[in-house]
Amino acid sequence: MQEHDLSFVRVEMALAQSAPASERGLGAWIRKNLIASTGDTILTIIGIVLVAMILPQLISWAFINAQWTGADRTFCATAAQGGVQPDGWSGACWAFVNAKFGQFMFGRYPIDERWRPILVAILFVALLVPLLIPKVPRKGLNAILFFGALPIFAFILLVGGVFGLPHVETPLWGGLLVTLTLSFVGIAVSLPLGIVLALGRRSKMPIVKMLCVIFIETVRGIPLITVLFMASVMLPLFLPAGVSFDKFLRALIGVSLFAAAYMAEVVRGGLQAIPKGQYEGADSLGLGYWQKMGLIVLPQALKLVIPGIVNTFIGMFKDTSLVSIISMFDLLGVVKQNFNDPHWATPQTARSGLVFAAFVFWLFCFGMSRYSMFTERRLDTGHKR
Amino acid sequence: MKHIAIGILGAATLGLVASAASAATLDDVKAKGFIQCGVSTGLAGFSAPDDKGDWQGIDADFCRAVAAAVFGDGTKVKFTPLSAKERFTALQSGEIDVLSRNTTWTINRDTALGLNFVGVTYYDGQGFMINAKKLPGVNSALQLSGAAVCVQSGTTTELNLADYFKTNKMEYSPVVFEQLSEVDAAYDAGRCDVYTTDQSGLYGIRLTLGAPADHVVLPEIISKEPLGPAVRQGDDQWYHIVKWTYFALLQAEELGITKANVEEMKASENPEIKRVLGQEADTKIGTDLGVSNDWVVNIVKAVGNYGEMFERNVGSGSPLKIARGINALWTKGGLQYSPPIR
Repeated sequence: MQEHDLSFVRVEMALAQSAPASERGLGAWIRKNLIASTGDTILTIIGIVLVAMILPQLISWAFINAQWTGADRTFCATAAQGGVQPDGWSGACWAFVNAKFGQFMFGRYPIDERWRPILVAILFVALLVPLLIPKVPRKGLNAILFFGALPIFAFILLVGGVFGLPHVETPLWGGLLVTLTLSFVGIAVSLPLGIVLALGRRSKMPIVKMLCVIFIETVRGIPLITVLFMASVMLPLFLPAGVSFDKFLRALIGVSLFAAAYMAEVVRGGLQAIPKGQYEGADSLGLGYWQKMGLIVLPQALKLVIPGIVNTFIGMFKDTSLVSIISMFDLLGVVKQNFNDPHWATPQTARSGLVFAAFVFWLFCFGMSRYSMFTERRLDTGHKR
Repeated sequence: MKHIAIGILGAATLGLVASAASAATLDDVKAKGFIQCGVSTGLAGFSAPDDKGDWQGIDADFCRAVAAAVFGDGTKVKFTPLSAKERFTALQSGEIDVLSRNTTWTINRDTALGLNFVGVTYYDGQGFMINAKKLPGVNSALQLSGAAVCVQSGTTTELNLADYFKTNKMEYSPVVFEQLSEVDAAYDAGRCDVYTTDQSGLYGIRLTLGAPADHVVLPEIISKEPLGPAVRQGDDQWYHIVKWTYFALLQAEELGITKANVEEMKASENPEIKRVLGQEADTKIGTDLGVSNDWVVNIVKAVGNYGEMFERNVGSGSPLKIARGINALWTKGGLQYSPPIR
């Protein structure tokens, strides 16, 4: 039997050590994330090869070889194509985008009057940004200005014809101006209208319910392209000769009603997700229908369906491109229209224009998507994902 | 019924645009102070926006010529870009006064659709473009037997192609695509030796190829595509104004009246020139038509004569470099011919 002859008994905890060198830093990250197993390694190699094949060409096309300035097609064409570039040159023709930039933004809006959409855009941003940042106070006033005063002001300024402003007909509008106007009006109309339709569809009043169901199912059953086409081509034949609605207005109504039908179904999904107890709780408190919906049900339901709502917004933003088929030129339409300018026709023109349009669309859609994720996190009280 | 309410509300806000499309188009046009002209949504050389967004091309210039005839001012015209599907409705419903949109003149359109074509501003037709590097020595479409031909599917182009090769007992392998842009890409990548579509379009496409100098447009035209402006049926006065604007453009070229020399020409002793330019004493040519007597002077000042219009937009003065060919005056072996203005 042995005595306890331990010479050292640890009485305090060992100090925390940093992770071993092999588990730290770039090396470990690479090992864990890129070459953890044979399968991972193979995928990593394939990925690197793909990037190495595409990226240098893309960078050299979009930046290094790109032609940034120029007056006509000769700047973006090789010698064999009748231009100044060396043979075999391939680069983006940003000079084309540069020369047509005003058209891409405003369409054929008269050049002397373009300060009007610019002013509207500045006001729009100046009112929208504080509305989107939760910390900024006076949300009520801000919302009234944004949803009440701004549309009236923008309408007067953009259309003109009063206060000495020359009238600018909507056929002259185009580019990003049309895309944003259609989307903003579509969003502003479709959300409230969609909520009303969703409530109507779940209503206990048979006529209201039937009307809402008929509207939603009819609109959802027709492609947007058909709605626009009917509004543009068929409607003038039914109206008395010479009387015609403004085509832009027709498209606005078409797009808004279309989005509202989809929005109604998204909101209905949210309404159905609210437990019956919430409705009954509100009833037992003695709240009326609108109080029950406004104070208890809708705040919870809408929060649940934020991804769906933003999904509809983003879809609508991109669907505005369809107005091209009724000869209204949104951003994409104007870009494509300008491919036909013989003074800019080169092999690079179409690519450059489309890349530019794609970039602008991505910018807006990505912005909407990020903001919706931010809002979801902020409103996430109680239901952790 | 919500949507109807919104529609009415919206109409009240933006305002109903009303213009009576009655029989007297000229009176309407004069009352509103401009001509509403339907053009394409973009076709190189015919109607396409330039850097400033102004419409340029033969079709656009033709409308300027009509405006010059009516108002003495070629800028009094507003353009409505129209898709191929919308164009006839727009004219029938009175949305536009003149349809000048590379539209082929056919009997069906002249009768059943209720249009009146005023003439042919551009004689187009289906043609062939070949890669001369791959097919050296070919200078006629009749030598194309066995070639791979790129063509857009579901078009009359595709049918005409089949007919032409069958008639001439030649073989070919079609390379068919849904979209015109796909056809361009396939041809440029060398997937076929021959590209076929309307000849005016071939010149525009050639500008977007990697090596345009290697590609040749063959002389054969295998279909008739006479492109011209049209007006609504049932208003003879307006029809005559638009029709004779077209003839005046041709007559001016025939007589050598150009944008540069039109003022000097007014003093010419040549009786025909005097008559056309309205310099004869007691002339009633213009007023009978419903415009001023110096209408031809105004037209030529605004857009030049037909030849100038052609060269500037699609000919040697443009990147397209289309030869006059059958669009030359009858005196130079072409088809453009004007009845006498007297």
